[in-house]
Amino acid sequence: MMRGKFVIAGVGHTAFGTLPGRSTVSLNVEACRRALEDAGIEKRAVDGVFVKTPTSAREILYGQTLSEALGLQPRIGIALDQGGAANMSGIAFACLAIEAGMCEVALVCYADNPRSGSRATYARPRGDDAAFGWFSTAAGYAMIHRRHVAEHGTPEAAFGAVAVAARRHGAANPNAQLRKPLTLDGYLAAAPLVAPLRRDDCALISDGAAALVVMSARRARELGVKAAVPILGMGQAHTSWEVTQRPCLTSTRAKDAARDAFAMAGLGPADIQVAQIYDCFTITVLMTLEDYGFCPPGQAEGFVREGRIVHGGDLPLNTAGGLLSETGMPGLQLVIEAVRQVRGTATLQVPGVRHALVSNQGGTMHTHATLILGG
Amino acid sequence: MTLPTPEVTPLNEAYWAGLAAGELRFQHCPHCGHRWLPARRECPACLREGAAWEKAAGTGQVISWVVYHTAYHDAFRDRLPYNVAIVELDEGPRLITNILAPHESIAAGMRVRLELQSDFGVNLPRFAPVGAA
Repeated sequence: MMRGKFVIAGVGHTAFGTLPGRSTVSLNVEACRRALEDAGIEKRAVDGVFVKTPTSAREILYGQTLSEALGLQPRIGIALDQGGAANMSGIAFACLAIEAGMCEVALVCYADNPRSGSRATYARPRGDDAAFGWFSTAAGYAMIHRRHVAEHGTPEAAFGAVAVAARRHGAANPNAQLRKPLTLDGYLAAAPLVAPLRRDDCALISDGAAALVVMSARRARELGVKAAVPILGMGQAHTSWEVTQRPCLTSTRAKDAARDAFAMAGLGPADIQVAQIYDCFTITVLMTLEDYGFCPPGQAEGFVREGRIVHGGDLPLNTAGGLLSETGMPGLQLVIEAVRQVRGTATLQVPGVRHALVSNQGGTMHTHATLILGG
Repeated sequence: MTLPTPEVTPLNEAYWAGLAAGELRFQHCPHCGHRWLPARRECPACLREGAAWEKAAGTGQVISWVVYHTAYHDAFRDRLPYNVAIVELDEGPRLITNILAPHESIAAGMRVRLELQSDFGVNLPRFAPVGAA
C-alpha cells in the first residue's frame, strides 16, 4: 500500500522569466537549495537525485553533472527523459526507490533556460516531413486541437476560457512571468500562429528551475519536517504513437494514468478540490478534464465555460497561472502549487483543500503522469 | 533558399524511388499483414523483418490539418499561409502532407486523392479533394 507512505517534504524554485547568464545546473542548484531550506533538512541527508533533462539542451550524464554541482555522491542519481511528464515520473521513481530501500531522501528537480538561451527545439523540423512544412511543437498540438473541434464541435470560447482563467490566476501571482490579464475578446482578437492555435493558447517560453524533496512519511517525522505533504496517488501511462500515426487524436493514456492514481488514492474526480492541469496548450486542459473523468468526452467545453475552473468555482485550475501565465517550465511548478494548496499557503488559496490533483504530460501528449496530494 | 529535403537512406530509398517513378508506396508485413508508413526495418506489430513495399491506390481521407501563419524555416516564408495535414490512406497507413484546396474548404473526413508534385526536385505526395479538377 503506497497511499500516504511518502511525502513531499520541501519545495523550492528560482525566479521565473528571463534569467540570462545562468546555466541549467546553476538554476537547479538554487532550486534544490531552496527546497532543502523549505524542508528544514541538511544536504547530507540526500542520497537520491532525480532530474529531468533540460528540454532545450540535452546533455549526457546530466544527473552526475548536477550531483557534482550539488556536492553529492548519491546512491541513485539519474536524468529522466519523458518530456513534461518526467518530473512527476521522477517523484514516482523516487518513491519506488525509497520503498525498495535503495535511497532515503530524494531531490526531484528540473531547470532550463530556453528564453535567454536557445528556443530551437520548439521550432524544430519534424523529420523528413519538414519537406511539407511540418515544423514546431505547437503544430502537433494544433493537429489535436483541430481534430477535437471536428469531432466535438468544441467552440473557440472554450479554449479561450482556459487561457483567460490561467491569466486571471497568474495576474494574482507575484512570481508569475506574465501577469497581464486576458479577456475572451482579447483572446479571440489575437492573430493565429499555427491555426487553429492563437498566441494565447500557447505556453510561455521560460528560464527557471523548481525542486522537491521526497522521503517517506516516517523519515519526515524523524527529521522533524514541519509541513510534509502526503502523496496519496500516482500513475503513469504513455501514448507512444507520434501524432501522425495515432489512431485516436482526441483521447490519450492520460486516462490510464489518472485511473491508476485515483485507485491508489482510493478517490475519484469528485473528491478533488483543486487541480493543476498541464496547460502547455489549451487543448491539453480540455482533453485532460475529459480523460480524467471530470466530465464526459467532448463536454469539457461546457465545464470550462461555466466558470467552474476559476478561483471561487468548484474546481479551480492552475491557481498560480500554469504554463500559460506563471512559467512555461514543464510541470514541477504545478506540483509546487498543489503542495501550497494542501498546506494552505497558496496566494489564491482554495478553502478546505483535502485533495489536490496534478497532471503532467510531455512530447505531443505522448507521456502522462498523475499525482494526488492530500492529508 | 532550398526546401529542407528528405534524407534518403537504404531504409526509405524505395519510398522516394516510388515517388520519383510516380507512385506512393507503403510497407506491409508478409508475416502478419500489418501495413504502415514511414519506413521501418521491423514490423511494429509482429517485430519481424522482411517488410515489402506495396503501391497505394492513392485515395484516403483527411484526419486533421493546420494552417501555418508563421514560418519556422525561410523556405516557407513566401508560402504563408500554408496547410499541413494528416491523411489516412484507404489501406490504413497515415502520412503528413499538404492539401491542394482552399484552407476554408478542408474538413475532417474529406475524401482526397494523391497528386504528386515536384518541389525543388523532389516528388512529394500531396492530396487534392476527390472530384476536384
